[in-house]
Amino acid sequence: MITSHDYSPERPIKRSSMYQYNDNDQILVDERVAQFRRQTEQFLKGEISEDQYRALRLRNGLYVQIHAPMLRIAGPYGLFNSKQLRKLAHIARTYDKNYCHFTTRQNVQFNWPKLEEVPDILEELASVQMHAIQTSGNCMRNTTSDHLAGVCIDEIEDPRPYCEIIRQWTTLHPEFDYLPRKFKIAVSGALHDRAATQFHDVGLHLVKNDAGETGFKVIVGGGLGRTPVIGQVIKPYLEKKHLLSYLEAILRIYNLFGRRDNKYKARIKILVKESGLDKFFTLVEQEWQLIRDGNELSNERINAMKAHFVEPAYQADAVLDAGFSEQQQENKAFATWVKHNTASHKIPGYHAVFLSLKAPDSPPGDMTDTQLDAVADLADQYSFGEIRSTHRQNLILADVKQAELFALWQQLDGLKLATPNIGTVTDMICCPGLDFCSLANAGSIGVAKEINEALDDMDYIHDIGDLKINMSGCMNGCAHQSVGHIGILGVDKKGTEWYQITLGGSSENKAAIGERLGPAVAKNQVTKAVTTILDVYVKNRLNDESFLDMVNRVGITPFKEQVYANN
Amino acid sequence: MQIIKDKQIIDDNWSYIADDADLKAGNISVSLARWHQDKAQLLSREGKLGVRIGPADVVDDLAPDLKTIQLIELDFTDFADGRSFSQAWLLRGRHHYSGEIRATGHYMTDQVFYLSRVGVNAFNPEKVEDLPIVLANLNDFTVKYQHSIN
Ligand code: SF4
Repeated sequence: MITSHDYSPERPIKRSSMYQYNDNDQILVDERVAQFRRQTEQFLKGEISEDQYRALRLRNGLYVQIHAPMLRIAGPYGLFNSKQLRKLAHIARTYDKNYCHFTTRQNVQFNWPKLEEVPDILEELASVQMHAIQTSGNCMRNTTSDHLAGVCIDEIEDPRPYCEIIRQWTTLHPEFDYLPRKFKIAVSGALHDRAATQFHDVGLHLVKNDAGETGFKVIVGGGLGRTPVIGQVIKPYLEKKHLLSYLEAILRIYNLFGRRDNKYKARIKILVKESGLDKFFTLVEQEWQLIRDGNELSNERINAMKAHFVEPAYQADAVLDAGFSEQQQENKAFATWVKHNTASHKIPGYHAVFLSLKAPDSPPGDMTDTQLDAVADLADQYSFGEIRSTHRQNLILADVKQAELFALWQQLDGLKLATPNIGTVTDMICCPGLDFCSLANAGSIGVAKEINEALDDMDYIHDIGDLKINMSGCMNGCAHQSVGHIGILGVDKKGTEWYQITLGGSSENKAAIGERLGPAVAKNQVTKAVTTILDVYVKNRLNDESFLDMVNRVGITPFKEQVYANN
Repeated sequence: MQIIKDKQIIDDNWSYIADDADLKAGNISVSLARWHQDKAQLLSREGKLGVRIGPADVVDDLAPDLKTIQLIELDFTDFADGRSFSQAWLLRGRHHYSGEIRATGHYMTDQVFYLSRVGVNAFNPEKVEDLPIVLANLNDFTVKYQHSIN
């Protein structure tokens, strides 16, 4: 019997396990490009004001930065195919300076496009089912998710079909495009929260109820930025069919009652905090009761969406390959890379492979056009043509057979994408900072580079183990410093760059906001402070206690004493 | 002055009466505050009645009176204030208001497609030259991803 899971060699066309646009999806992005082309032409002719164009361009991903505009392109819940990656390479070559930047929200940024060429870039993107719609501005942003969705071993249910349902619902939503402030939704389907759902305006967690059915735990009012807040559970279990009506209720209450008098108090977290969760819950609940019936997400719709995310053609005998363990025994560097840069896969014999965008000498998250093209080829060759972006600014090939890991590793190594540092201290998240961002108080890329240079001993790095450093160039916190195990925040002190250090933050299940270590340190002291913190950890940890566990056990005092010892 | 109503350019036969001005004959609209204050007087005169609401006004307050109101003007003080979009949705979707809902004030011609989707059916543009632009922009998209009023 031939089923939809049949991948016999007679069917050479690979069935994608990503969402594929239908005619309507394509028309929508094409019409959006036409609309933005018109708006840009009108702006250049002086027919629409700077202020109005700003609102319009932001909703198409276009910022105006220090040197040039910056264009942010949506990576829908972090999924890309090889064709799209080649298009990004082409754009980098043709319209930019041969590179692009992967962000912490699974998006892609170009730092040097020309404003008048942006409609052309968007048209290029639309030709490969990509867009920049609502990647900035006070509207509903790109929905993010677990970068291991669909392949991880701890999954309750694959979140991607729901992400796509949400992506569509949020896209060009007529009522909620002029919100008090930006609005971000993240969805996780696994036990381990890799999508920072507690730090989003709305976080959705697929959970099972007592009857064994899956639904959503809804978390609201989390957020990073200036005022980091851990989200609160507003609905412990929401039936799937109510997903969109419940989101609509939350958004309507936020749109009507969110503060618009002060942009720093306009996120939903402030509304939830100022009204109190109970009051906010009541408002949402009342609204929801009035709209829920007749607005259900049907099983047919859910199943049709799930059909877009069918499993690729895994080979049942992949696990029988014996060469993999031999290769690890024979080649220590390969074994180290496997240990740090691959993750377990639900199918025996397969691995999810991280491509580290944190090579010591390149800015975190950046990729050149050559690398993009090469990775597209590797994805085609080894991982069903798909690529994912992660919250820590790395890429993933999610479905690689163990027998092919060695060959893949060698090629990645040649591309400088195999630094075995995933999840380690040099796998830093870092925003563009003073080098590119007009809001920055301080540089971040240079500091990251200096820390990287100081930590050149891979054995030491591996010995330290799981340690997340997040560094932002200003209070906006694009690099999520407040949830870094070590957070570094650039601040301006009378025109010079200083850095505030925090310890103990985490965006995972046990969410925590980092605690301030003490007064900000000068730029030339940051690396010293970081290495001192690492030394304190290495000297004081118990057995295999992680850095975060130790900070939670001993508090910040031992670190503080050493870092400020000479002041 | 001309406006757009139901995708046609038409002559506007309404006037807005400021809170400190005297009422006059014909079709008039007043602020929500004045509506509450002078309701009896307003209802006793000839001519149709409209109410102009700002983004901070609560549309539920108007619910009992909607049958006697033929025009609701959504007055944009700032195009970025999106509450008017939810107000329109509430008027149509919750209170089943079937009269004219008109956008006025400082909204953008680039917002009219969304406004029409949430139930706004008339547009008073800031400049008369914008009339054809509004008409054209009402057709910005031929597809949509979600339910709303339209
Ligand atoms: S954190 Fe600040 S400096 Fe860094 S990218 Fe965001 S706004 Fe710019």
